[in-house]
Amino acid sequence: MIEIRFHGRGGQGAVIASKILAYALFLDGYHTQAFPTYGAERRGAPVAAYVRVDNSFINVRSPVINPDYVIVMSGKLADTVDVSSGIKENGLILINSELDADHYTFEERCRVVCFDVNKIALKYGLGTKIMPIINVPILGVFSKLTGLVSIDALKRATPKFVPVKAEKNIEALEEAYNLA
Amino acid sequence: MVKDMVLGSEAVALGVKLARPKVISAYPITPQTHIIERLSEMVDNGELDASFIRVESELSAISAAMGASQAGVRAFTATSSHGLALMHEVLHWIVGARLPVVLVNANRAIGSPWNIWTDQTDSMSQRDLGWLQVYCETAQEALDTVLQAFYVAEKVLLPIMVMIDGFILSHTLEEVVIPTQEQADEFLPPYEPGYFLDIDNPLSFGNAAKGDVFYNLRKDIQRSMEASFGIINEAHNRFDDIFGRRYDLIDTYFIDDAEIVFVIAGALTGTVRVAVDKLRNMGVKAGLLKIRYFRPFPSDLVRSYLADKKHVVVLNRSLSFGSAGQITQEIKNALYFEEDKPSIYDYVLSLGGKEVFVEDVVKLALNVGNLETSKILWRE
Repeated sequence: MIEIRFHGRGGQGAVIASKILAYALFLDGYHTQAFPTYGAERRGAPVAAYVRVDNSFINVRSPVINPDYVIVMSGKLADTVDVSSGIKENGLILINSELDADHYTFEERCRVVCFDVNKIALKYGLGTKIMPIINVPILGVFSKLTGLVSIDALKRATPKFVPVKAEKNIEALEEAYNLA
Repeated sequence: MVKDMVLGSEAVALGVKLARPKVISAYPITPQTHIIERLSEMVDNGELDASFIRVESELSAISAAMGASQAGVRAFTATSSHGLALMHEVLHWIVGARLPVVLVNANRAIGSPWNIWTDQTDSMSQRDLGWLQVYCETAQEALDTVLQAFYVAEKVLLPIMVMIDGFILSHTLEEVVIPTQEQADEFLPPYEPGYFLDIDNPLSFGNAAKGDVFYNLRKDIQRSMEASFGIINEAHNRFDDIFGRRYDLIDTYFIDDAEIVFVIAGALTGTVRVAVDKLRNMGVKAGLLKIRYFRPFPSDLVRSYLADKKHVVVLNRSLSFGSAGQITQEIKNALYFEEDKPSIYDYVLSLGGKEVFVEDVVKLALNVGNLETSKILWRE
């Protein structure tokens, strides 16, 4: 089983991203599951969402505490939330940040990749300069880095969960995939 | 049939749609709201030919469902927690009036303090009314059970409450096989009430009944509950024939040679399954008994699986303060006449969404020799 944890703030779309990723993995032929942490949803509050992937039906329903991959929706969040918590040895943390990966140091032995997804989101008119919406394009980076999920499946899954600006999101997704 | 990924709450809405109810009345409450949101969209866009009645409270939601059912049509409502508590008075009346209303309850704790997360206190507090109660583990089971619920309720002439765990099932995106409308129609015929409010055939309902009459009507409710086992089994057989998915009053996992059996109801059953797998890999003979139907309680079936076991650990997610976990009470009741009973442990696994990990259940089994049977057991 592969386990993925998303960290974001309410309104950044981490929960939607987890659903798109799970659905894309389902289209790729896996058994998957996606669910959020169950806070009283508030804009700006830290949220986590989880995806599990396996070759058989997933029975376990507890939060992911030992992720293989962590996806962080904004670099600033990594300064305040312990996004590396419980990550498996040599796991990967993908952070949306214009900074270099060595800006982020974690106690756990893991790989850190930073990618400026904000730039791509703004290019395609997703969100505002203050709050770019990067939840779809960051999955393109994740697909390229890990090879876990196909870009085709992500493109097919996106419109199901993103009814507004689906086309622009898919273009941003492809560009992020190509640049990563 | 098509396989898709949907939320547990959406699976319920899809099951309701396939059952073709004529009236849906509801009031939103977390974590149930997705169910009625989806159903209201279906009514709005013409996918579902039903009246969707928006009301000002849960008391009105259940009252409207009762009225619709008394008028002779298939009626549905959904709620959770405080909403279910507010319905309480009318829940009683629906039983006495023998109306086959189907209600889905997204299990959620009841305050104070404020808590939106899952436990089974809300529905267990309604266990004695005469509603049948079913607890679901997966989104697939929720969809399928909603369809079965209409079939059973309309034959037994008692209402059914179908439970899905708030958030851990209602808000989880998972795979579900969605039946076709043709299959659903084959399984569930149109509802044909025997007696209903009809201006062309005036009848009186719910009139005053003195002791002798009232007593016999209550005896009838219990007899119908007892007879419902046969109808539930018939529904399960028909369902298997048409949809190819097998359900029973309970479910078991690695139980035949088990020395330690966990008993649980609801979506955390899945987490316990994984714990049983782990324990088996460690050489521990663990097994699982899932309670699907809590009312009527399948005592004979439970006894047949548990009577010869060594340890039975009941994982409650509610308790009757001053007594015991409600599921434990039923297990002890079912095994009372056995001479060589298992040790039965009354464990409060989780309340208000306290997280449960596979390791918590594994540790419990490894420590079973140190557990006491004489008191309620709590997590550290």
